[in-house]
Amino acid sequence: MQNAVELKNVSCVFGTVHAVDHISLEVLAGEFFSLLGPSGSGKTTCLRLIAGFERPSSGSIVLLGKDAASLPPYAREVNTVFQDYALFPHMSVLDNVAYALMVRGIGRLERHRRALELLEMVKLRGMEKRRPAELSGGQRQRVALARALVNKPRILLLDEPLGALDLKLREEMQIELKSLQRQLGITFVYVTHDQSEALSMSDRVAVFNRGRIEQLDSPKKLYEYPETEFVARFVGSANVLAGKELGLDGGKFAIRPERIRIEPGRISGTNSLVGRLIDVHFLGSQTRYEVTLVNNSTIRMTVVAPAGGEAGLEAGSEVTLTWNPGSLRKLREGEA
Amino acid sequence: MRSSSSIGLKIAAGMGLLFLHFPLLIILLYAFTSEDKTYKFPPPGLTLKWFAIAASRNDIWEALFLSVKVAAAATLIALVLGTMVAAALYRSSFFGKDSITLLLILPIALPGILTGLALLTSITRAGLDPGFLTIVVGHATFCIVVVFNNVVARLRRMSYSQIEASMDLGADALQTFRYVVLPNIATALLAGGMLAFALSFDEVIVTTFTAGKEETLPIWFLSELFRPRDRPVTNVVAIFVIAVTLLPILLSQRLTQSFEEMHGGGK
Amino acid sequence: MSPAASKAILRKLSDSLFLRPRLALLLLLLPPLLWLGVIYLGSLLNLLLYSFYSIDDFTGQVKYQFTLDTFRALLSSPANLDIVARTVLMAVAVTVACGVIAFPMAYFMAFYARGNTKAFWYLAVLLPLWSSYLVRVYAWRLILAQEGIISWFFNQLHLGWLLNAILAVPVLGGPSLSSSYFGMFLVFVYIWLPYMILPIQAALERVPKSLIQASADLGARPAQTFRTVILPLAMPGVVAGSIFTFSLTLGDYIIPGVVGAPGYFIGQMVYVQQGNAGNIPLAAAFSVVPIVIIGLYLAFARRAGAFDAL
Repeated sequence: MQNAVELKNVSCVFGTVHAVDHISLEVLAGEFFSLLGPSGSGKTTCLRLIAGFERPSSGSIVLLGKDAASLPPYAREVNTVFQDYALFPHMSVLDNVAYALMVRGIGRLERHRRALELLEMVKLRGMEKRRPAELSGGQRQRVALARALVNKPRILLLDEPLGALDLKLREEMQIELKSLQRQLGITFVYVTHDQSEALSMSDRVAVFNRGRIEQLDSPKKLYEYPETEFVARFVGSANVLAGKELGLDGGKFAIRPERIRIEPGRISGTNSLVGRLIDVHFLGSQTRYEVTLVNNSTIRMTVVAPAGGEAGLEAGSEVTLTWNPGSLRKLREGEA
Repeated sequence: MRSSSSIGLKIAAGMGLLFLHFPLLIILLYAFTSEDKTYKFPPPGLTLKWFAIAASRNDIWEALFLSVKVAAAATLIALVLGTMVAAALYRSSFFGKDSITLLLILPIALPGILTGLALLTSITRAGLDPGFLTIVVGHATFCIVVVFNNVVARLRRMSYSQIEASMDLGADALQTFRYVVLPNIATALLAGGMLAFALSFDEVIVTTFTAGKEETLPIWFLSELFRPRDRPVTNVVAIFVIAVTLLPILLSQRLTQSFEEMHGGGK
Repeated sequence: MSPAASKAILRKLSDSLFLRPRLALLLLLLPPLLWLGVIYLGSLLNLLLYSFYSIDDFTGQVKYQFTLDTFRALLSSPANLDIVARTVLMAVAVTVACGVIAFPMAYFMAFYARGNTKAFWYLAVLLPLWSSYLVRVYAWRLILAQEGIISWFFNQLHLGWLLNAILAVPVLGGPSLSSSYFGMFLVFVYIWLPYMILPIQAALERVPKSLIQASADLGARPAQTFRTVILPLAMPGVVAGSIFTFSLTLGDYIIPGVVGAPGYFIGQMVYVQQGNAGNIPLAAAFSVVPIVIIGLYLAFARRAGAFDAL
C-alpha cells in the first residue's frame, strides 16, 4: 500500500535554529498518526512542512507518491485544521465551508449543497447563516473541520485542534474525531503536546524533542517500552535511575510509578530499596507517594498504588520499595 | 486627595479644550455675519446671502474641482503604494526595515517647507513645468504613510493563519488576496483613503511650491489671507473646507473604531 | 488570450512568487521605494546640493558649482542672523507654552477620562489637528482683529486699558494683537497644541497604574509620585511633542505672514528667496538651518536623558 506521507532526511532551518533536524518518517494510508512533543520540539514545523507553509532546507517530502517539496500549499492534496481555526470572519459559516469549492470554480448551488452535507456531518445544520464570531469555541472547531474536509482530502492535518477547548469538550471531541477518521477512512496527521490525547487516539505516535524524533511507535509500545529518558518522562511519568543505584551495570533505567510496590518498614530482599516517605497525595482511585532514597546519593522516586493501602504509610516513615525486574527498561543514551 | 487635585486638573484640561475649539466656532459664526468690510464682533446682523454669492463664484468652483481631482489622484496612488509597503513590512523582518518606516514618516515629519522646496528644486532641475501632475506627486508622497498606518495596523490584527488556510484550501496568491485579504482590510483602506483625501484636500505649504500657476482651494484661500478682497466669501469657503476635511475624519474613525490607526497621521 | 490561459499564467506567477518569498517581497517594495527613494529622498538630496550652489550676481542664474559662499552669505549677514534668532526664540516660547497647556490635558485624558469620556476627548483633540490648518489660522485673524472678539471682550469688562498695556510692551506688542508678536505666539500655540497633547498622552498611557499605586503605598505624597514616577516616564512624550512644536514653528511661513509684526522668519525667508528673489541656493541654505537646529536639539535632549525611560 502506498504511503500517505514520506519525509526523508528533512531539515528546516530558521536562521541558526534547526526547527526540524534530519527527520524521516512514513505515515501509512488511513492511519491516525500523531506528532507529540513539547512546544518548540519541531512537531508543528513538521506539520507545516507537510502542508506546504514552510519549505524544507533539505530532504524530500512525498505526498501520496508525488514529490511535493516544491509545491505551494494550494497545489497539495492535503487540508489543515488550524489551532486557532483560522475561520474567515467576513464570511458566513456556509461560505467558510464552501470556500475550497468556490476557489475551484464550482457553481453556487452545488457548493452550497456539499457544504450543507458537511455541516450535517459535524452536526451544525441550522448554523450556516451565522458568522464565526457568533459561534462557541466548540462550534468553530467543527466548522474548521468541515471546511477542511469539503474537498475530500486523502490526508487531513490537524494542528492542536482541541487546544483551545475546555477539558470536557476536549474529551468528547477526541472520541468524535477518532470515529470520524474511521468512518471517512482518510489519513490523519495530528499534532499535540498532550500525551494522553496522543496515546488514546493514535495508531502510531512520533515523539519529538529538539527537532528530532526520539521514538516512533504505537501508543502501547511507547508507554511500555520507552527507549529514551525523554520519552519515558514525557509519555506518562517515570522514575529514571542510574544502573549503579540498582546494583546493575551502567546506563540508565526507567520504571513506571505503578510498577513499584510500597510497604512500611525496612524489608530486605533483592530488587528492592529502602527509603523515607516524604509526601502522600491522595488522588481518589489512587495514591501517589514521594520517596527519597538515601543510597549513595539522594534520589526521589514516585510510586502510585491503588487507594486503600495507606495503613502505616505516613510522611516521615521508613518504607521499602520492591519491583519485578521485568518492569525495568534500559534506556538508550541520549540527551534528556 | 485625589478628588480635590482633580478639580484643578479638570479646570485646566477643560480650558485647554475650550481653547482648541473656540476658534472653530468663531469661523462658523462669521460665515453668517452681515458685515462685509471688517471682522467686527459681535456681528451687526446675521444673513445667509454670502452662501449664494460664494456659490456663484467661478474661481471658487474651479479651485474646488482642482483640489478634488488632486486629492482623488493622490489618494489613489497612496492607496496602492501604501498597501504594498504595509503588505511587505507587516510580517517580515529584514535589514533596513526601520529605515523604510522612517522614510515613510519623513514627508510628514519634516516641515512642509522642506518637502516643498526640495520637490521644487527637482522640478526645476528636471526642466518640468509645475502643474497638476507635480501637485499630485507631492501630495501622494506624504499621503502614503496615512494609508500605510491604517492598513498595517489592520493586517497586524488579522491572524496570518487565515491566509494560510485560504492557500491550504486551494486558493492561489491572487485568489487569497481577493477573497481573504481584501475583505479584511477593506474598511482600513476606506479609512486610510479618506484621511489621505482630507490631508491632500487641505494641504497648502507643499502645494505653494509645486503648483506653478494652478490654484487649488487652499491656495485660493491663502491668497485671500494675504490680500483680503471678499471677506464674507472667504468666511463661507472656510466653513466649507472645515466640513470637507472633518467629515472623512469622523467617518474613518467610525470605520476603524480605533484611534491608534489614525495616530501618526498628523500633517 | 482565453480566460483559461490567462488564469493558468496567473497561477504560474503565483507559484513562482510563493516559492521565492524574497522576490515577492522585493516586488512589493520596489514601487513604493522607488517613489519615496527617487522622488522624495532624491529631492531632499537635490535641495542639499542647491545649498552648496550659488547665484551669479550678474545673470541671476544658478551656478552649478560647489561653493560655501551661500552659507557664508547667510551667516555673515546680521539681518539673516536676526531672522534665525527671532525664529528660534519664537519656537522655544511656543514649545514651552504648548507643554504647559498640554500636560494637564494629557494627564486628564490618561488618568481620569474613561470609556466614552476618553473617546470624546480623543476626538476633541484630533479634530482640530485634522481640520484645515489655513482655516484655523484664518479664525485667529478674526479673533485678534482690532474690532474682533478679544478687543470686544476686554472692553465689555472695562479692561480696555489692560489690552492697551499689553500691546504697549516693547517688541512683543504692536498696533493691534493681529500685528504683534504676542498675537503670532498665540496662533502658533493654538495650531501646534494637539501635536504636544497626543505624544504626552501616549507616554502617560503607558505608565502602569500599579506603579502609581506602588509609589503611594510606599508613602509618597501625590506631588512626590508626580515628580519621581510620572514625570520621568512622561519625558519621552514631552520630548516627542516638543520636537513637533519646535520644528513645525521653525519651518512655518504662513502664520508669520498672516498674523504678527514685520520682520521675517526662516520659513518666510525660504519662501521669498525661492519666489520673488529667485535665489534657490539661498532658500535651500536657509531651509537647512531648521534641520541643523532640530538635530542640535535632539542631541541635547538625548544627553539630558530624555529618552532614558524609553
